[in-house]
Amino acid sequence: MELINSILTITLRAGTSLVLATLGEIFTERSGVLNLGLEGIMLMGAVTGFAASYYTGNLVFALLVSMTVGAILALLHAFLSVTMRAKQVVSGLSITLFGSGFAAFLGQRLGPESNHFRLVGLSGARFEPFHPAVLGDIPIIGALVNQDIITYAVYLLIPLAWFFMYKTRPGLWLRAVGDDPQTADAMGVNVLRTRYLYTVFGGMLVALGGAHLSLSYTPGWTENITGGRGWIVIALVIFSMWNPSRAIWGALLFGGINAVQFRLQASGTNIPASFLNMMPYIVTILVLIFITWWETLSKKVGGPASLGTSYMREDK
Amino acid sequence: MKIIFEKRKSHSVAAMIAVPVISFVFSLILTGIMLAIFKANPFITFGAMFNGAFGSMMGFSETLVKAIPLMLTGLGISIAFKLKFWNIGAEGQLTMGGVATAGVVLFLGDSIPPTLLLPAALLTGVLAGALWAGIPAILKTSLNVDETLVTLMMNYVAIMFSEFLFYGPWRDPKGFGFPGSKAFPETVWLPRILGRAHIGLYFALVAAILLWIVFKRTRWGFELGIIGASPKAARYQGIAVGRNIVLAVFLSGALCGLAGATEVTGIARRLQQGLSIGYGYTAIIVAWMAQLNPIAVPFVAVLMAALLVGGDQVQMMMGLPAAMGIVMQGMMLFPMLAGSLFTEYRVKWIRAPKRAAACPEGEA
Amino acid sequence: MSVSVDSPPPPLVEMRGVSKSFPGVIANDCVDLRLNPGEVLALLGENGAGKSTLMNILCGLYRPDSGQILLKGKPVSITSPRDSQRLGIGMVHQNFKLVDSMTVVENVILGLKDQPFIPDLRAVRKDILVLAERYNLKVDPDASVWQLSVGEQQRVEILKLLYRKAEVLILDEPTAVLTPQESTELSHVVHLMRSEGKSAVFITHKMEEVMTFSDRVMVLRKGKVTAEKFTADTSPRELARLMVGREILFDISKKPFNPGAVVLELKHVAALDDRGLKALDDVCLTVRAGEILGIAGVAGNGQRELAEVITGLREAKSGSISVNCIDTTNKKPLQLIKAGVGHIPQDRSSVGAVGDLSVASNLAMKEYRHRPLSIGAFLIPRRIVVMAKRLIEAFKISTPGPETRIKFLSGGNVQKTILAREIGSCKSLLVAVYPSRGLDVGATEAVRSRLVAQRDEGLAVLFMSEDLEELAQVADNIAVFFEGKVMGVIPSHEANPERIGLLMAGVKQEETT
Repeated sequence: MELINSILTITLRAGTSLVLATLGEIFTERSGVLNLGLEGIMLMGAVTGFAASYYTGNLVFALLVSMTVGAILALLHAFLSVTMRAKQVVSGLSITLFGSGFAAFLGQRLGPESNHFRLVGLSGARFEPFHPAVLGDIPIIGALVNQDIITYAVYLLIPLAWFFMYKTRPGLWLRAVGDDPQTADAMGVNVLRTRYLYTVFGGMLVALGGAHLSLSYTPGWTENITGGRGWIVIALVIFSMWNPSRAIWGALLFGGINAVQFRLQASGTNIPASFLNMMPYIVTILVLIFITWWETLSKKVGGPASLGTSYMREDK
Repeated sequence: MKIIFEKRKSHSVAAMIAVPVISFVFSLILTGIMLAIFKANPFITFGAMFNGAFGSMMGFSETLVKAIPLMLTGLGISIAFKLKFWNIGAEGQLTMGGVATAGVVLFLGDSIPPTLLLPAALLTGVLAGALWAGIPAILKTSLNVDETLVTLMMNYVAIMFSEFLFYGPWRDPKGFGFPGSKAFPETVWLPRILGRAHIGLYFALVAAILLWIVFKRTRWGFELGIIGASPKAARYQGIAVGRNIVLAVFLSGALCGLAGATEVTGIARRLQQGLSIGYGYTAIIVAWMAQLNPIAVPFVAVLMAALLVGGDQVQMMMGLPAAMGIVMQGMMLFPMLAGSLFTEYRVKWIRAPKRAAACPEGEA
Repeated sequence: MSVSVDSPPPPLVEMRGVSKSFPGVIANDCVDLRLNPGEVLALLGENGAGKSTLMNILCGLYRPDSGQILLKGKPVSITSPRDSQRLGIGMVHQNFKLVDSMTVVENVILGLKDQPFIPDLRAVRKDILVLAERYNLKVDPDASVWQLSVGEQQRVEILKLLYRKAEVLILDEPTAVLTPQESTELSHVVHLMRSEGKSAVFITHKMEEVMTFSDRVMVLRKGKVTAEKFTADTSPRELARLMVGREILFDISKKPFNPGAVVLELKHVAALDDRGLKALDDVCLTVRAGEILGIAGVAGNGQRELAEVITGLREAKSGSISVNCIDTTNKKPLQLIKAGVGHIPQDRSSVGAVGDLSVASNLAMKEYRHRPLSIGAFLIPRRIVVMAKRLIEAFKISTPGPETRIKFLSGGNVQKTILAREIGSCKSLLVAVYPSRGLDVGATEAVRSRLVAQRDEGLAVLFMSEDLEELAQVADNIAVFFEGKVMGVIPSHEANPERIGLLMAGVKQEETT
């Protein structure tokens, strides 16, 4: 029980950044834009958030900085792929490339002179998990409540996102743009503006996910702090079938594996870390196969039909 | 006055050359600005980068060292992309190529005659890369599973598998703390031609020419072009779409596997960390910037490699982070992506519509 | 003070001097249009005459280069679909603007700014049901669009307009996708609306529709208005002449019908469509050399699946197909091509031709496997260009050059390219699926005469068309398809619209004679 509790706690902690980024990318992809720049955005979010918190000690400011950076990178992606009609895959990858490199660059440059201008090894302000007096000791519930405020925000964000997407007018328009931009355009919805809006919004959440790593989970800055999470998020979006309410499950799965790994290493077992590390990716592939197969069987329309393609009104 | 984008009626050769060149110039300007912000003189920096990459024999050979795997993977990726099969898995295919090659050397080294060992090892690496790409290809053609993701995930599986091997069962007990496999015997060292640059260069150049011939002068290449443009039309013409995609993707993975095989036998000469420094991802950019043209790929690869080597140089000389080269690569891409619009579309100025002369009164 | 009984109210909609050009073509040239309240106006013209463009301007998808639009006598500016919707104008396009994955309710309210932040779907549902009841447009509001039939989807489109309180409804070729019965129901709906003072514009190129549906008709040709008449005052023949500018050649010279050996034979063939429903049901057909067998029937009754089953693109679940006495059931497309079967597909822009490839490449897509275009595994591009130039000349394909990407050719020229390629390599059977759909008169005649020429040379031709007039001229025998079954085969000289119409509606052959 103690074991389950501790795994659950770590899982939720680890999963927070994943859920944030997943929610963000769900919105982006729902508008028909595939953003493969997530790894770069998360890294940039992490490094800028950490730098901001180190120098100002103000966590809210750090979050804002992080979100702004994410928005800028996502805006670039939107500009390239929506307005300039570049291949979304390549545009996203170039943002990852740039973002990863630039984040490493900043990590070696933004630090104080005392630390050779590096950010590695420093500690700044961080989000601490709560430990409510009574609730915090109950198993399971304890795991849920012994989290930091960002995780609490995530608990709220998930149902809000779901409600927005399925029960509101702008949510309806968003889904229409992703599924059938031609029809949405003919019905008066501004396709290009929608895509910009949700790509930028998504980018902000993704950057927040990165910030959670450097401001809470790890905390601190190291060069590969995201460890490929940006790529996992792409998988998680599919895993949740573009439905915000399901985002939590995938994140739990991956967060859980992370946590189990952590625990096993801590207990000194001999399984090389790398082997366990492979598991999330293999599982994702299997899930992908399963989802695709299930979709063909039930003839249900799966992800946004226009995902990855660009749109122009007079294109025939 | 309005500006509209109008689709071009035919491939404009002028645009295809002008656009990348202009974009490159743009990116130099952008990077220069960024350098200036960080208080580095752009001209000196660029000069140092150029010097580092091309200014000396040693520099040039190092540029080639990095260019060779970019060429091979770039060629592989361009095959897949031509078919609209988004092979993001070059990194993994390269890694598995290296792993398989190492496996043959380490474990079959005694059973195979020395003269055959190197070719056998390389061949195995090629096959491994092909198979690693074949899996997502078959998943796509038989189950319609999205290849972008599967290939991506398989990169991580491959890298971690490789790590698992050289940290674990294949670890050299005399490793001096440097995790990696045993060093390869000299018989399997891939011959080098200039500094550390090895004959993989010849493989790459030959592959580029062969690929060009395939695309432009063979029936198969013609069929691949049709499949890439419209799988439905290809099927209607009797072309076996699924089978051809799998074959072409096998070839794509094979080239990436060859890149890994030559890296491991030509450079590191053992299986260790850092077999690939993101070549597989950079190669996507190389392929794309070369507009999937096999002849252009080697040139672009050299350019990209020069950026990396120059970046290293600049780090040592000017104290700028090594990540510089990578940042520049990214920044190069943005203008190119934006510019790609102009190869497909033409800009037209629409003058204000003339107020039409009054339409004639009365009608039939 | 007495009001003059004779002064008419201002037209509901008026377009004055509207012109619109696209690169290379003048779509509308100084067009004047008047639409009165409670009136149904037919907009008649061939494909490319400018009818859809004009209406797209009215509903806000295009901006005119010059001209004015007035509503109830006052000038208005329509710059987007929203503007026109606000003014009470709505259009049902040929390609329905419906999101397949969403429900009817969601589609109806899509894009409406006055919907609250959290739409009350139940209220919308109720409103839809009320409208559906009143206009006899039965549909299930909670169904997802992809589950609906084409006729039902059209009803949703009309409901959308009514929900937005449209006073002017524009219908673009509405009966193209309906059965005769559904067309009649549609005319009832339109008449009901008319009696309430709403107006409608019908875009069509079919004379019969004009006569049945409209009060007035306006004829467009090459972007200009050539005539405006009360429907009661004119006839199909006169309309046809006004539409085309000359007498339509109702006769194509054919050699006498002298069929040879059986080329294509289908025995009890059954097949499923893309949704897994029955598309072909116990089909038996034969086509002989030197014969054109026409297939009549509303599109969607199995014609496309028939063509695909014959050419190897679809699985025949049972039955047998043979070409020249060799069994070809469920063989791969390549084998059918080798057996000399040519196929002019229904979808010419994405299946028959590859848009991004050049005209030359498109022409070479069948012959590239053999000499002289290739030797062994190698292609010889030079020879491809030579062959392309020859075919462009022979088939009068209008193109800037053989290297032009084919997506820039007009529909007629794309079709000519496909014809050139298929006829060039076809040796026994040619399957043509709606080959003249969407083409102008010149291209249509070219297509028809080519088919007849091939038949005169001894080829067997299977020809699917929705145009009974066309079938009567071109085909030797006509088989009528209804819900995947062959209802009957009639020699074309015995075919008349009533008889075929009955067969098309599902009445079996024995009962019609």
